[in-house]
Amino acid sequence: MTDPMIDIRNLSVTFNRGRKPVKAVNGVSLSVNSGEVVALLGESGSGKSVTMRSLLRLHPKGTTIEGSMRVAGKDVTELSARELADYRGATVSMVFQEPRLALDPVYTLGQQIEEAIIRHKGVSRREAASRALGLFEKVRIPSPERRLMNYPHEMSGGMLQRSMIAMAIACNPKVLLADEPTTALDATVQIQILLLIRELQKEYGLSVIFVTHDIGVAAEVADRIAVMYAGRIVEEGKVADVIQNPKHPYTKGLLGARVELAHGRDRLITIPGAPPDLAALPPGCAFAPRCGEAVAQCLTDVPRLTATDGTASVACVKYA
Amino acid sequence: MINLVGEPTHHLPVGERGGPAQPLISVKGLLKHFPVKGSGFLKPKKVVHAVDGVDFDILKGETLGVVGESGCGKSTTARLLMQLIAPDRGEILFDGETVGETLPLSEYRRQVQMVFQDSYASLNPRLTIEESIAFAPRVHGVPAPKAIARAHDLLHRVGLEPVRFAGRYPHELSGGQRQRVNIARALALEPRLVILDEAVSALDKSVEAQVLNLLLDLKRDFGLTYLFISHDLNVVRFMCERVMVMYLGKVAEIGERDAIFEETRHPYSSALLASMPKMDPGERTLEPPLSGDPPNPIDPPAGCRFHTRCSFAEDVCRQTLPPLTRISGAQSAACLMATPNSGHSRAPAQLEA
Repeated sequence: MTDPMIDIRNLSVTFNRGRKPVKAVNGVSLSVNSGEVVALLGESGSGKSVTMRSLLRLHPKGTTIEGSMRVAGKDVTELSARELADYRGATVSMVFQEPRLALDPVYTLGQQIEEAIIRHKGVSRREAASRALGLFEKVRIPSPERRLMNYPHEMSGGMLQRSMIAMAIACNPKVLLADEPTTALDATVQIQILLLIRELQKEYGLSVIFVTHDIGVAAEVADRIAVMYAGRIVEEGKVADVIQNPKHPYTKGLLGARVELAHGRDRLITIPGAPPDLAALPPGCAFAPRCGEAVAQCLTDVPRLTATDGTASVACVKYA
Repeated sequence: MINLVGEPTHHLPVGERGGPAQPLISVKGLLKHFPVKGSGFLKPKKVVHAVDGVDFDILKGETLGVVGESGCGKSTTARLLMQLIAPDRGEILFDGETVGETLPLSEYRRQVQMVFQDSYASLNPRLTIEESIAFAPRVHGVPAPKAIARAHDLLHRVGLEPVRFAGRYPHELSGGQRQRVNIARALALEPRLVILDEAVSALDKSVEAQVLNLLLDLKRDFGLTYLFISHDLNVVRFMCERVMVMYLGKVAEIGERDAIFEETRHPYSSALLASMPKMDPGERTLEPPLSGDPPNPIDPPAGCRFHTRCSFAEDVCRQTLPPLTRISGAQSAACLMATPNSGHSRAPAQLEA
């Protein structure tokens, strides 16, 4: 068995701004093999984006990061500022939710992509320009020569997201991190981008972590799903197993609350209550106050993520 | 004072003036073009064809869903209905009366309320929740104590305990709670039509389900009619009795839910349906149903607006703007393939009886 491409062990991230420290990620362990797509599924505040951003060390100063993260054999927590600059983009790159905010408005897309290629590959501007053109063709942007000379405001959301993806794969990274890349897009464009990511992932053999709140999106792209709740992974498994046979009560609730299932019924089945305050987490299982199957033990002990069989694991006392 | 305009309907109670069979809202030829900045002087004048001649009815007590990509005019339609912006052309009949003519605007606005997508931006950050909800009734002349009492009733009704929430400010609430406040505020004037413009889109799935259930309960209890705008077809299928599909400022297809979802007659509606992610990883989408982004509404294609992305397009589609044609009692579509004798090779030969 080869080493996993991404190996996160017992990661905790605490933000120390404001009066009370906020523990956004609370002991997450996740490994992603080479060429594997893992979807991190969760609601806002579940820690899915924070987990992913930790892999690029994108957190503000004063954030406490505990645990270990290894990507492609490198210990991410130990990298110096210079090593970090070499690592970002060349080993791991990221596609953000809002391409309009992630791209620089005062440079053309061509300039921005060329800059990244020159920085990491040390090639001439002419060579970088021809590679940028190749990338724009790869992500199927129509009339690529003209589009490279466009500023971000001149392009539609779908085109910008394609440009972001082109920039992300510009330096042949091993890992692609996608932070809700299709949430701001229309359904007809979303499916195009999902198919593009899937295609590039296969062609380049990328390891992908795909953060999403949409189970349907996860089902379209992922090999495995890890469901997060209040900073912890509560369930992990192969995509078909998690969707067809969810084990954790939260996953069950999330899948049960889908409107697709309510056809012919006049009400949706919902999870009562709201996610907990991360600055004041309950002592036991974070989902216990909303859980219909909670027992006394749930209120005192945090359940560990336990393997149920070779590929799946769940953090619930019912399966411990 | 002499009443020059005869208004014989005024002795009837509100709600019965147009008769029971009258649609609550009937929109005819609604059109709004926005001028583009920097065009017009020494340059050709450009306009955004946001809503380009739209006709539809909202029946009493129904939920009409509006779907389409961004830029198709769904939000502009909502804002025109709400009279937040003035239409360039077209009229709106509310319960048989023309809005702005026989039905004064203040009276109309009392009966039509709106809930927006951004729950935070639509509340005044300096007003407490109860002040926000009581604001509109006070403007309309309800005494303050009565308005506050009603605000508390409504808060209770939308699932927020008045004792805990009435005195709070918007920033102290979660997104789901704020959207409940917005719904309560919309109901404060006892409206008959509520326009929900992507009202649940910004919420997490588990919270979204709670708010959808609340909307269904309120509709039943207050006898409301909804115009439900959303990009999520699954939610629209669950919430709406009838669905309108819009594309680049035009109605592509309108009809009863089951007709639209199961016997789609417009290729755009089918592509939209096929674009929804599949829940079964064994049956993943292999080819994108539509390529490219929607065309720019500043310069919409001639003929059928959809012909540039349509796989059935023929020469006739580039020249003829398809009229919205009734296909059955339940459904109308604006596609030459559904229009008899349109010249399209797939067009039906004649009207079905």
